[in-house]
Amino acid sequence: MMKDSDMHNLTLAEIARNLAEKHFSAEELTRTLLARIEQLDPQLNAFISVTDELAIAQAKAADARRAAGENGTLLGAPIGHKDLFCTQGIRTSCGSKILDNFKAPYDATVVERLAAAGTVTLGKLNMDEFAMGSANESSYYGAVKNPWDLTRVPGGSSGGSAAAIAARLLPAATGTDTGGSIRQPAALTNLTGLKPTYGRVSRWGMVAYASSLDQGGPMARTAEDCALLLSAMAGFDAKDSTSVDQPLDDYLAALSQPLAGLRIGLPKEYFGAGLDPKISDAVMASVEELKKLGATVKEISLPNMQHAIPSYYVIAPAEASSNLSRFDGVRFGYRCENPVDLTDLYKRSRAEGFGDEVKRRIMVGTYALSAGYYDAYYLKAQKIRRLIKQDFVAAFEQVDVILGPTTPNLAWKLGEKNADPVSAYLEDIYTITANLAGIPGLAMPAGFIDGLPVGVQLLAPYFQEARLLNVAHQYQQVTDWHMRAPAGF
Amino acid sequence: MALERTEVEKIAHLARLGLSEADLPRTTETLNNILGLIDRMQAVDTTGIEPLAHPLETTQRLRADAVTESNQRDAYQAIAPAVEEGLYLVPRVIE
Repeated sequence: MMKDSDMHNLTLAEIARNLAEKHFSAEELTRTLLARIEQLDPQLNAFISVTDELAIAQAKAADARRAAGENGTLLGAPIGHKDLFCTQGIRTSCGSKILDNFKAPYDATVVERLAAAGTVTLGKLNMDEFAMGSANESSYYGAVKNPWDLTRVPGGSSGGSAAAIAARLLPAATGTDTGGSIRQPAALTNLTGLKPTYGRVSRWGMVAYASSLDQGGPMARTAEDCALLLSAMAGFDAKDSTSVDQPLDDYLAALSQPLAGLRIGLPKEYFGAGLDPKISDAVMASVEELKKLGATVKEISLPNMQHAIPSYYVIAPAEASSNLSRFDGVRFGYRCENPVDLTDLYKRSRAEGFGDEVKRRIMVGTYALSAGYYDAYYLKAQKIRRLIKQDFVAAFEQVDVILGPTTPNLAWKLGEKNADPVSAYLEDIYTITANLAGIPGLAMPAGFIDGLPVGVQLLAPYFQEARLLNVAHQYQQVTDWHMRAPAGF
Repeated sequence: MALERTEVEKIAHLARLGLSEADLPRTTETLNNILGLIDRMQAVDTTGIEPLAHPLETTQRLRADAVTESNQRDAYQAIAPAVEEGLYLVPRVIE
């Protein structure tokens, strides 16, 4: 039998092999990881809820299914969910006081599908409140720490998922990405994270932030594990009105495709002012590795990239102001004490229940949508959105994938960007365009600077998740950045 | 265009967000910083460009007009702040 001290280092794919060969049971693995979470998470604050009873029950059920002859690759696989995926009977807080007492009455489609595949839910992971943030500091449950340096942020908004995986508290987790919230924390914590094409993964039961941008996806240490999770998460769902009815690729089979002849585009706008030169060097080193595998490289241009952030900070807050109007203190969630009338109930429940960043974005969105401003803001932003999409469509006529840095800077110090929200918004410069255009994007580990991880981002045309996972997997066969673990974990 | 504090009060009211007198100056300043960022859009020439509402430009699917959901009132009201006899309770609206 494998020692408890080794189990936490296994990937999902390795866990599947060990479970199939009966080196340990799902229950033994689950108990080992729950003990590790109890021991180490106080340093990180990655979990909002640890669902130990559910986990043990699911692990026992997975062991029983295996004993009865089933052998699915995710049968008994321990994972966590970002705390905005609804989990029936379990708190789904969205990192907010307003949902602190909210036990979802149903499971999100993603949660349901992964559970049906036999995954074991170890807990619900910390996040920026309503997924609004790039540092995981806006959570009602406190900031998450980066396991590579506990004085630094893990990125956000899926910061709890990222920190927990990087610290080997669990091998994989779900995340969501509205402007970079899977890819940016993956980059800052040395993980692989995939934002699928808009509509590829069901949004049903995923608490909405900006509905035309939100997309759930997998986070793990390897591309192979992301492929395993995506295979179970993705696919048409009649309950999500924007779900796309298109067959899934075989993500696992695609991993082994050789990269000979792959055309990589390097957008000159991604390597300009604002990028840490050391990150640029690390990214270019990854390009050299991919060339050795047979890829060719070409400079391309995405001229409208610079307009993405202003456009995003209209569209996302506008949609958020509409989506978050459901939190009214009447049907679920937080209600203020002793309201004097209905307006007081609404205003105080929302003022006391939402944090500062959420209130800011609701107000920006309310303003942008208010009478007389719609054309100047929301419509203008949507026109820029088309320009950004057109840039990608033109680029993908010349290249198969686009490669660049995931973030302009390394993980920053806790609190460093809190005084000025606009400075934190600018950190999303390289990731936001994929959400506006709706194309898939992947972040993968590509080295370290002063002990902090660097991420490379890959972008592909619509529905080419398999290509992204393939490129990352092939890169991970010839590099070992993704295998490195932070000291102390 | 910079927002005045009276406009910020109006936006907060439209959003049904209580805003204290003490928070007003800081909120006004932060919102103006964000609007400064957003206003960079106005320099972009979008003449003749159609707005993009959905990345794949699909329209909403229609489904058959058939009953698909069962009544789950009890489950949904179990998580409400205040209910009585199947109704959601709020402060008196009509005097």
